[in-house]
Amino acid sequence: MENNVLVSLENVTVSFDGETPVLKDFNLSIRDGEFVTLLGPSGCGKTTILRSIGGFITPDSGDIYFNGVKITDLPPHKRNVNTIFQRYALFPHLNVYENVAFGMRIKNKSEKEINETVHKMLELVDLKGYAKRGVGKLSGGQQQRVAIARALANDPKMLLLDEPLSALDMKLRKDMQSELKKIQQTTGITFLFVTHDQQEALSMSDTVVVMDKGVIQQIGTPEDIYNEPKNAFVADFIGESNILDGLMLEDYVVSFAGATFKCLDKGFEKREPVDVVIRPEDVKVTEAAKGMLRGVVTSLNFQGVHYEIIVDVKGFKWMIQSTDFEEVGKEIGIILDPDDIHVMKKSEYSGMFGDYSTFSDEMEEDINAASSVDGEAEE
Amino acid sequence: MKAASKVYMALIFIFLYAPILVLIIFSFNDTDTMSRSVFYGFSLRWYKRLFEDRMILIALINTLVIAVVAAIVSTVLGTFAAIGINGMGKKTRKLVMNITNFPMVNPEIVTGVSLMLLFVFISNKIKGLGLGLGTLIIAHITFCLPYVIMSVLPKLRQMDSNLYEAALDLGCTPRRALWKVVLPEIMPGIVTGMIMAFTLSIDDFIISYFASGTTQTLSIYIYSMTRKRISPEINALSTLMFLVIMILLVIVNIRQSADRRALRRKGTEGE
Repeated sequence: MENNVLVSLENVTVSFDGETPVLKDFNLSIRDGEFVTLLGPSGCGKTTILRSIGGFITPDSGDIYFNGVKITDLPPHKRNVNTIFQRYALFPHLNVYENVAFGMRIKNKSEKEINETVHKMLELVDLKGYAKRGVGKLSGGQQQRVAIARALANDPKMLLLDEPLSALDMKLRKDMQSELKKIQQTTGITFLFVTHDQQEALSMSDTVVVMDKGVIQQIGTPEDIYNEPKNAFVADFIGESNILDGLMLEDYVVSFAGATFKCLDKGFEKREPVDVVIRPEDVKVTEAAKGMLRGVVTSLNFQGVHYEIIVDVKGFKWMIQSTDFEEVGKEIGIILDPDDIHVMKKSEYSGMFGDYSTFSDEMEEDINAASSVDGEAEE
Repeated sequence: MKAASKVYMALIFIFLYAPILVLIIFSFNDTDTMSRSVFYGFSLRWYKRLFEDRMILIALINTLVIAVVAAIVSTVLGTFAAIGINGMGKKTRKLVMNITNFPMVNPEIVTGVSLMLLFVFISNKIKGLGLGLGTLIIAHITFCLPYVIMSVLPKLRQMDSNLYEAALDLGCTPRRALWKVVLPEIMPGIVTGMIMAFTLSIDDFIISYFASGTTQTLSIYIYSMTRKRISPEINALSTLMFLVIMILLVIVNIRQSADRRALRRKGTEGE
């Protein structure tokens, strides 16, 4: 594994204007050919990492290695990486062709080679026949494609993408996601993708790096991150989750919400306080008498594929996703199987997330600004 | 109320433009006397006389040489100064902007006298640098500079800072990125600044008066004409200067308002 590392950051610390560091002693390795996503809320330092690798930020301390060579002080134009900027940063005074040719002209490539590459790239991003257009007249999605073609024309070892899809509307964003993934697979170039949209991260990446406050919270495949969140922050940031205080009685036995459950987790101290995560789609609803837990339905929202039901269980509001209609005010039962329950160690984030008592759709939109409310996490 | 405001506006325009209108009308007066009361008929004789006057032609050439050189030099200096200022931190930028803007509000006569003193001081130390065309050009560069900076800087602020980074990212050295991306982007501001500098240079009298020595520019020549024999040639010359300056200013204004429109459009699209 170690020998095909393309980029590594070692003890990188970055601060702006002497304020508290955005990154402190940050370490990260990225393997060659991987699609890695840095996921986190704004201000978590993910863009800073990208800009450090691109050469636009010089770390206060620590080093960055590219292919085993130290590039910490190398200026951007000498690095074999290219960046896709959030607002595309196409050159307005040049047409599509010249934008894509820009990097090659700087490197004094022959006119024949430039011509071939430009057309190959435009074909790759599905913009054949757009060569002579001015970039100002293109739609957002098309500008995005030109930016990708412009970067790829330089044959970089690695592509850095800074929230490149955030300016596009929902449908276009989905199309571009699969297209980016396809481009990454056909070219084999390492992608480092920055986003705050969890759905985007889960659907595109080989590896997701979840960050908050300049610290890596979890690294793993999208499945790992979703199914086995390491702490309350990850559980809450990725998809919807009910996060409860629990007590690990012994291996495979946990108690929470006033009842004792079998689970699949072990390796905790006896009677260790823990956080318990239960995904809304894993909860099974039954008659009140048959339930392991009982609660009263306090609200119901139709979401298309399913209903989103908020249930009050002894004062804690659960979110449950169910395809069956339940009446508000009715008492229902809840059944949880051992593999529905995920136990996490307590962390600084314990108690901050996971209760839906203040839940409303509007609030949720504020929190996940660009990502939509739900349903996508399951894909 | 509405009628009153219209009358008010008309009065203001009359106050502003009546003198110039009189000047223009009487520059076509068909008479040998400097009459300002009687219009004898339409004639172009004073314009013809103007272009036969060798002194005026020399002054015109001087004025143009000064304006062209001052405009070019101040545009180059001002553009790079603006790029430098744009890259500064917030506090330093504010300070430097205040310093560069100061000459614009400083009374021209103070600027003129102080420049003259400086030139005389230096010419006493270094032989061969008396007041003349050279000092005029230096003086004009000095007072044009802040105007160029003022018209280039907003363009830089508007520019997506990622453009410069994108150029570096694609393999440009910083200097090359400046040539290939930044300069083309801010070119409208540079051109506007240059026209403005050219206009101001043609226009200037007070500072030129102190920095000129024996060299004549058009404005200085008009002033000296009024002191000896008053001739209707003045009317013709002033009319021509007025027209040139007005055309240049209109061009600057059109450029700026087209720019603002483009910016508004871009702003709404971005949302």
